[in-house]
Amino acid sequence: MADVRVIPALFCLAALALATPMLDTSFAHDSALRMAPDFTRTDLDGKSLSLRKYRGKVVLLNFWATWCGPCLIEIPIFTAWQNTYRTAGLQVVGISMDDDAAPVMRMYQKHHLNYPVAMGDAELGELFGGVLGLPLTYLIDPDGRIVGRYQGEPDLKQLEARIKSLLPRH
Amino acid sequence: MKHPMLNALYPVVCAFILLCRPGPVSAQHEPAASIPAADLVQPADLAANLKSASAPKPLILQVGFRKLYAQAHIPGSEYVGAAGEDAGLQLLRDRAAKLSKDTAIVIYCGCCPWSHCPNIAAAYGALHALGFTRVRVLYIADNFGDNWVKPGYPVAAGG
Repeated sequence: MADVRVIPALFCLAALALATPMLDTSFAHDSALRMAPDFTRTDLDGKSLSLRKYRGKVVLLNFWATWCGPCLIEIPIFTAWQNTYRTAGLQVVGISMDDDAAPVMRMYQKHHLNYPVAMGDAELGELFGGVLGLPLTYLIDPDGRIVGRYQGEPDLKQLEARIKSLLPRH
Repeated sequence: MKHPMLNALYPVVCAFILLCRPGPVSAQHEPAASIPAADLVQPADLAANLKSASAPKPLILQVGFRKLYAQAHIPGSEYVGAAGEDAGLQLLRDRAAKLSKDTAIVIYCGCCPWSHCPNIAAAYGALHALGFTRVRVLYIADNFGDNWVKPGYPVAAGG
């Protein structure tokens, strides 16, 4: 017969599990990154871009480059999401890992990206555990916790549903 | 069934991709799938070669993007340039001009999933066109982080 003394312990474990923020399984091993590291860069419009100033919003932090085919598929979709969910509290942030800013600026201006884009570098990549392949997207909750890491081509339908579930005013 | 928003965005996405091709891109840009399987080397095999004290070491060239190389690369590998762009391809030709045609060379990129890599087939084609006979290509299925760094193969940073 099971020892009744373990029941409170099991109850506490279950409660703890339920209280722990859900992480994508691909990300769960990377516990050091649960809080999104802050950074400040100048965006392509010459404005200061700081991750911290988006606390209270859901942030979709997208590392991309003009040479990355899958990134180019995502960008117009992220632009549409920024339009659709802006008032509900979504903020898309783009970090280009292009070596040269010129093609990034051309794309940004020509296609009127509606969210801030800044140039990334190795230091910023290392801050996020290494940006060693693109696309790479982080989903950050309104408290600044990283709740999703999507390397490669994510299931955009699932990603959109996840964003909606986190939006503070949805 | 596709998501309705994705269906609606499909023409926009296609137009965006066509219009957004960056800068000058080499006419030799071919899909990585065009590289013969016999010329591919798997990460585990290259790592074992590097670990071996007795195995002859190939010249390893990174033909992708500097910001990725600066974060992590194979120790001893040289950064050449993005071979999918004309400027990078010229840098590769310049580097190759200093080498004997029978030099054992391994090239790699790892910027993107294999089927989307804009650099690797261009670099492979250029070296073959120059007459190099011992060129092998590191097969990186997803990206350098997942297929080389995460398995624990040796890594250097900087450059």
